[in-house]
Amino acid sequence: MSTPTIANVPAAAEEIPTFTVTLIIRRFDPEVDSEPRWEDFDVEMYPTDRILDALHKIKWEQDGSLTFRRSCAHGVCGSDAMRINGRNRLACKTLIKDLDISKPIYVEAIKGLPLEKDLIVNMDPFFESFAAVQPFLISSSKPDKERKQSPAERARFDDTTKCILCAACTSSCPIFWTDGQYFGPAAIVNAHRFIFDSRDEGSQVRLDILNDKEGVWRCRTTFNCTEACPRGIQVTQAIAEVKQAIMRGA
Amino acid sequence: MASVTIDAPRSSRSNGSKRSVNLEKWGWIYMRASGVVLVALIFGHLFVNLVSGDGVQAIDFAFVAGKWADPFWVVWDTALLWLALIHGANGMRTIVNDYATNALLRKTFTGALAVSTAVLLILGTLVIFTFDPCPAGTAADLLPSFCAAGQ
Repeated sequence: MSTPTIANVPAAAEEIPTFTVTLIIRRFDPEVDSEPRWEDFDVEMYPTDRILDALHKIKWEQDGSLTFRRSCAHGVCGSDAMRINGRNRLACKTLIKDLDISKPIYVEAIKGLPLEKDLIVNMDPFFESFAAVQPFLISSSKPDKERKQSPAERARFDDTTKCILCAACTSSCPIFWTDGQYFGPAAIVNAHRFIFDSRDEGSQVRLDILNDKEGVWRCRTTFNCTEACPRGIQVTQAIAEVKQAIMRGA
Repeated sequence: MASVTIDAPRSSRSNGSKRSVNLEKWGWIYMRASGVVLVALIFGHLFVNLVSGDGVQAIDFAFVAGKWADPFWVVWDTALLWLALIHGANGMRTIVNDYATNALLRKTFTGALAVSTAVLLILGTLVIFTFDPCPAGTAADLLPSFCAAGQ
């Protein structure tokens, strides 16, 4: 009888090397803790593993109470932005071997938004300012087929279409940390995506919204957002382009 | 079937102050415009005072008096004073806005900043334009030596 057996597979033809890494995670349970606390975990990982895999391993094997957001786990949904070794990154796009594993890796929630539990923050203020810039097509015409656009016109705002709303940029912005009223880089990026879209007619409305005390003029061009963006969007440049558009228009 | 009418989305966050003068915008523009001019003014000032001629040794009361006897340097220094002081005060204002979260504290800081800037501007301008190295009716031993030479 030729039952396929696993035994036939050459047993560990080549052992994949593993390494032990320490994660120090900033924990906070609102029902127990009055202040966040740091807790460390040792996990055995493969060189192909990401921070998200380490978090999974901790949650599944060591402490089921560890709380974090993740959906697609492949850098598209934007759920698992967190502060890893002091830098905002997506846990699912950060290979552990790329970090300095001779030292512990610090993982904490993104800053500037209300901490809810462990690595989860309340994203409401972030999405409120996103919604405030009216991130949807505003058009009076109703074409029979598609709305035409040349490749050059499409390229004008290509960079800002890449945003996945992970909040890595906004929560790395020092103005956003201290001033809860500032729109923040992500909202301006998403306004930029429509302001420079040739099919859109609402750019003046968005420029008026951003030409506000808490709008683009709050940006101090520290480039934290550009550095934090896991999609490589030139965030600071997009904000500067919106400033230029306001200067020309209003 | 009756068509569904969807209200137009709200047009602006700050409907009240729409189309009025936007101080944040002009403040931002001022910082850039004055910055460019200040580069020329400051380096010109430093070169003339510290490098050209006898260099830094030349600076004394007579040197300043000599400069302000020339309308060119009166205009230069006045421009330098106003542009730099407002530039600096506006920078401080943005820092206050960024970091003073308490409304009263913010108001106090901004007010103190405005008052001190105004006082320094008026005082500085007054000095530049009313400067007289040899005021009449002053005891000779209080005056610089070159005053006697002119009389």
